Amino acid sequence: MTVRFWTFVFIGLSFALYLLIAWISRVRDTKGFYVAGRGVPAAANGMATAADWMSAASFISMAGLISFMGYAGGMYLMGWTGGYVLLALLLAPYLRKFGHFTVPDFIGDRYASNIARLVAVVSALFVSFTYVAGQMRGVGVVFSRFLEVDINMGVAMGMCIVFVYATLGGMKGITWTQVAQYWVLITAFLIPAIAISIRLTGQALPQIGLGSELLEGGYLLDKLDRIHADLGFSSYTEAFDGPWDKANVFLVTLALMAGTAGLPHVIVRFYTVKNVRAARSSAFWALFFISLLYLTAPATAAFARYYMIDSLQARSAEQLPAWFRNWEKTGLILWLDDGDRRLRYSAGEDNEIFSYKAGKVVINGESMSLAQILGSHQEWIASNGSSGRDWRPVLQEANLSGPDRDIIVLAIPEMAELFPWIIALVAAGGLAAALSTASGLLLVISSAVAHDLYARVINPAASEKQRLLVGRSVIGVSVVIAGLFGIFPPGFVSQVVAFAFGLAAASFFPAIVLGIFSKRVGTVPAVMGMITGLTFTSFYIVASVYGGMAPWTLGLFRQGISPQGIGTVGMVLNFIVTLGMTPFCREPSDEVKKLVDLVREPEGEMSLLEIEKESPALRG
Amino acid sequence: MSDEKFSEAEPGLSEPPYLISVIQNTLKDYWRSNVKIMMVLLGFWAIAGLGCGVIFVDALNVFSLGGYPLGFWFAQQGSIIVFVILILIYALLLNRLETKYHTKIKALRKSARKDKA
Repeated sequence: MTVRFWTFVFIGLSFALYLLIAWISRVRDTKGFYVAGRGVPAAANGMATAADWMSAASFISMAGLISFMGYAGGMYLMGWTGGYVLLALLLAPYLRKFGHFTVPDFIGDRYASNIARLVAVVSALFVSFTYVAGQMRGVGVVFSRFLEVDINMGVAMGMCIVFVYATLGGMKGITWTQVAQYWVLITAFLIPAIAISIRLTGQALPQIGLGSELLEGGYLLDKLDRIHADLGFSSYTEAFDGPWDKANVFLVTLALMAGTAGLPHVIVRFYTVKNVRAARSSAFWALFFISLLYLTAPATAAFARYYMIDSLQARSAEQLPAWFRNWEKTGLILWLDDGDRRLRYSAGEDNEIFSYKAGKVVINGESMSLAQILGSHQEWIASNGSSGRDWRPVLQEANLSGPDRDIIVLAIPEMAELFPWIIALVAAGGLAAALSTASGLLLVISSAVAHDLYARVINPAASEKQRLLVGRSVIGVSVVIAGLFGIFPPGFVSQVVAFAFGLAAASFFPAIVLGIFSKRVGTVPAVMGMITGLTFTSFYIVASVYGGMAPWTLGLFRQGISPQGIGTVGMVLNFIVTLGMTPFCREPSDEVKKLVDLVREPEGEMSLLEIEKESPALRG
Repeated sequence: MSDEKFSEAEPGLSEPPYLISVIQNTLKDYWRSNVKIMMVLLGFWAIAGLGCGVIFVDALNVFSLGGYPLGFWFAQQGSIIVFVILILIYALLLNRLETKYHTKIKALRKSARKDKA
């Protein structure tokens, strides 16, 4: 049985399962469509949130990122989990108490303004579209790597699946599919991690294995530090040894935390549970299920880093392991020898390990293929430099030194010499991660347009049936747009996804927190704060990433502020502007104050039903 | 965690004004306790994540936990474990607080009805 056969079996089975769930949980009303009828049990919602949250990037790229960054990779781990504490303590229970369907709903009603609602809708759309484009691309990448089908074909297949279950079942279909997707992706992530942990340290728990001695003696992390020092890489465990200084790690961590709490597709999940108690416990379950992957990823990262270097360094072509030969074909890792027939991986000029990306290596205006590069380099070695070309400086120039970081997760089942069906399971896991996140985001897009714009602003008199129809059509159209983004990826997408957090941190997070914890903050300061945060953050990102602006040091930091961390500054500015303007602006109306009181009361003092009755949108 | 336990605690519409103001004060107490719990837990959140994981990480790395340098452990394992526990504690404490205040408000209503009779 080949890997390809098993991959077809697993992907086919998992897709059939998702479609079956979609058929069982199809819906007939907007409440079912947007908030799954508010009937999702806390633990199930936790799993769905976890699957929603963990994207193709978390599944495929995060362990690789940590593997190459060492300590500094921890900012992603802390940022993407620490945000849930903010969410659970500051936002989720109150937003659930408030009822309604979406984040712009809360902003629009709390600040009693359609302008505030529109600002929120635009931010939600912007954040979700950039994010979803990355997911669709992820679907295509998994298909092409494991099944050797065309990337675009893969994107189209992913689109069809999401189209069916999202339009049929809305949030209900999406939620229960995500529960299934969670199990697929977590199994696919844990099995290879446990296997390689046993192989290297004899410990079954990767988290223990990471802090244990290797079977061949010596602590794993000590050895990794020594290897890194020998090869000229910055230390694996020592903090602030590499390009990341303390100020930037701090800013990025905080921006990711606040951004996580402000992302609309995460917040909206807490509207689907029965009551406030369930919202609180479901936040716990969500982080619990997420932590299973996030606590394992750093272990996978270090194991794979050690194993990779150990099995490659100073080997000759005949001694190279099978996994290297398999992945060499994809260009994720390649060896360009200097002529001594011994592989050398290092941080210096003498490095011989590279990766290849189509379109990145351009000579005289012509994009070079992988085969061209390998052939010409081979010729260079064989002829002792008289013909062909030494490609190492070229690839180094193109920033392609070292293997592609995605190889860490993709190749780990082969490094651990697991059965072919486990490799296939990783493919299904990657797809589950990408599809679950994409569907959650598509629902946010659909609700922003169909609920916040159409039902609340354009045509408040629309009947239930009309609303549902608009909701379904918008989700259908968004799937197609997202798919097109995946097939023709705009160059900025991959970078912008990382910045979506900064934008969410600088816009939504302060507006929602102040909306709940202050009764005094009114419309004008909140809108100005959001606009300030958004403009400042996007200006800094655009100017420093595309405009070539030197990062600011503000006279406080040794290094300039990374554009990934600027969201923290934007958030602080938002708070300052909002709170600074508040004493000079009108107080919110008594009605709004009553609304805030209701949201703060313990549950049951006034039943949720009555809050929903008070909202005009739900009366229809 | 059970649901709909408090459905009988619906407010009556014909409550006397003094009772409403007493209940409102009780609700304010509830909010204050909630904010207090929240602040303490957020303090731990900041210490574990931003403190041990970032600001004091180099100092903590002097110590070790098995094969882990302690600061590195906090950044890649410890902080996440603390976060999960914090959310659990918050959910449990708030459930208890809610129950406590429900009982209190119910008792207030009951004694008011007795006074009337």
